[in-house]
Amino acid sequence: MPREGILVHNPYERMTKEQVRQIHHASMQILTDPGLISFNRRAAEIFASNGAEVTPVSSGDHPTWLVKIPEKLVLHALDSAPRIVKLGARNPDNALILNGEEPRVYFVTGSETNIWLDVEFPTYVKKSDPKIEIQVPEFRPRRGTVADLCQSAHVCEHLETLDGYIRTVNIQDKDITEDNKDVNKFFASLNNTTKHVMSGLTSLSQLDNVVNMARIIAGGEEELKQNPIISFITCLVKSPLQFVEDTTDTFIEVCKRGLPVVVSSSPQAGTTAPMKEAGIMAQINAEILAGITLGQLVNKGTPVLYGSVPVRARMDNLDDSYGAVETSQYNVDCSQMARYYKIPNYSTSGVCDPRTPGTQSSVERLFSDILVTLSGPQYLHCAYGLLECNSVFCLTQAVLDDAHFQMIKFFLRPARIDETEIAESLKQIREVMATPQKLYISYIRRAMRSRQISPPYPFEGDGEGDNVFALAHKRMQELLAKPVDHIDRATTARIFEEIPGLLRRQVDGLKTEG
Amino acid sequence: MTEDIIDLIKENVIQGRVTQDDEGLEEGMAGKPGVTELIGEAIEQGIGLSDIIKTGLTEGMETVGQKFEAEEYYIPDMLASAEAVGAAMEILEPHLAENGIEAKGKIIMATVKGDLHDIGKNIVSILLRGAGYAVKDLGNDIDPQTIVDAVKEERPQYLGLSALLTSTMMQMKDVIQALTDSGIRDQVKVIVGGAPVSEEFARSIGADGYGADGFDAVRAVESLASDKAKG
Repeated sequence: MPREGILVHNPYERMTKEQVRQIHHASMQILTDPGLISFNRRAAEIFASNGAEVTPVSSGDHPTWLVKIPEKLVLHALDSAPRIVKLGARNPDNALILNGEEPRVYFVTGSETNIWLDVEFPTYVKKSDPKIEIQVPEFRPRRGTVADLCQSAHVCEHLETLDGYIRTVNIQDKDITEDNKDVNKFFASLNNTTKHVMSGLTSLSQLDNVVNMARIIAGGEEELKQNPIISFITCLVKSPLQFVEDTTDTFIEVCKRGLPVVVSSSPQAGTTAPMKEAGIMAQINAEILAGITLGQLVNKGTPVLYGSVPVRARMDNLDDSYGAVETSQYNVDCSQMARYYKIPNYSTSGVCDPRTPGTQSSVERLFSDILVTLSGPQYLHCAYGLLECNSVFCLTQAVLDDAHFQMIKFFLRPARIDETEIAESLKQIREVMATPQKLYISYIRRAMRSRQISPPYPFEGDGEGDNVFALAHKRMQELLAKPVDHIDRATTARIFEEIPGLLRRQVDGLKTEG
Repeated sequence: MTEDIIDLIKENVIQGRVTQDDEGLEEGMAGKPGVTELIGEAIEQGIGLSDIIKTGLTEGMETVGQKFEAEEYYIPDMLASAEAVGAAMEILEPHLAENGIEAKGKIIMATVKGDLHDIGKNIVSILLRGAGYAVKDLGNDIDPQTIVDAVKEERPQYLGLSALLTSTMMQMKDVIQALTDSGIRDQVKVIVGGAPVSEEFARSIGADGYGADGFDAVRAVESLASDKAKG
């Protein structure tokens, strides 16, 4: 049985059906005028040989082409792209079934941050009354390591609401190079969680090593096909409207191997996309459809996700502002567009602007998490632990996020109103009205134990002080102490024998070489 | 047989089942005798009241208290069990004197004049009954004179006053003044409670005790009872 996620029964939609059609038509126009610039020769050739109008723009060391994709080609691609994409898992019970026509949401980590945030709790003494001491969280940023990635996957394995794992932190140990980063990050993730593992690829030369590793773990070629325990994220289109040379190559090669792949586009409204909703929507939709079309031309039927990571620019410094209200609006719109095309949606929420957990972080992430979840994207990434717009990851924050996703999931339970419930309620009301106290308390006991009543916030303090971070940190340490079902010894030995570049210390004990 | 019934009473107190219609916590309990039916049966069989109270009801409530402390039970569970004990004590009350058992005490409860909120007062009443006290609940919106008359007639050891509103809490002071004016203030200990009420307020109006919540109200009454016993 795959994981259940949460089915959104009446997904929130901002656009009318007519507005969805208008965005679609605008995107189709963009794909032919102005079209896309391709820095990738193979993409240009594939489009040209399938009827697109491809014109060389510049030659020399960095040749570029202008690619104009006709609507017919896009519609054929949308026809052949699977409606249902399975993301497998080392534990088959953790598999995810993404159905482009069903707004069932799975919650996932992301992205790849450079900074890992440690949390400590130094004690402060009140100057005017030294008897009073409080513990205040102190956050210490540092570069991420393999050990951090393992720790993060380990804790995420135990987070109740978390359905899949996108590598959270960029491993920057001294002994990690461009040539061994991919195998080490995939192994660190796969070895510490039995949930689905998704990641980007640093070096195309490592793709086959990574796929072979997955094949060994899954039990063979066919087993991996039936249970794709890994998938890839590719940002092949850089906004505005440009096929990137190296990531497009990676995308083409992943498609050839038939593993699930996200066509991710991340325009920034105000700088790399229009600020207006109609403009950014038309552009991001065109960019994603161009990628999906390329994927289907490479390998018809290859499983793809409609990867939308739109964001608004900050007005003070033009950085990304994931906390901006418009960012959630764009993501909700993208979810609706993906559903229109019946392609599973990889969407974004929960990222915030501040660099440390706190009030602003909580407000921004909860705001977008609730709203974007309500729009029913199938694969909601970036939702756990991310701070400062994807550049910082804090594991304590991920534990806090799990708590509010429990609230969101509870909220989305379908309304239990039917004839049986009504009859039972009327009986209860009449019984209570016949008692002197007129209290319903005795009826809630069973409901409490059958999880029909939402639990209290798990990090509630017992006094007037705010102990949320301390309690979440304690919970994080408890989860870290729980065992994880690692890859068995024989399989691990085979992986280390056949896959080059893996660090022995991943299995011999993780001493950071940072 | 005696032990069987007393064990069943204890078990049903733990399950919080007042009557046979109550579901309790475990599956398959509905339809089986609850505390009230079992108490009736125990009296019919002539089982000693002190055994019923000590081993059946009190030990049952002690187990419930332990489960609450261990966070296995929640407040609704405590209330259900307290309600079961309260119902049992109501049945047993007429038989206590003839068996030479001294009642724990009588309490009059009321929500004061102008205040219609009675949830807190009702919960406190259930818990006090569960703790073995005889509770006479006058209801809500009760004027001082009605309370004074009830104290004269019922001669309780304790009077519990409740108010939810800042605009009605001063009525508690009026009730205490009315008791003084009637010359019966020293006959009854007054315990006050309710959302706007504080310990400081309780002291300022001359109350004898204050309950921050239902459990605290029971503790306040027990504490006054203990003071009284010490003389």
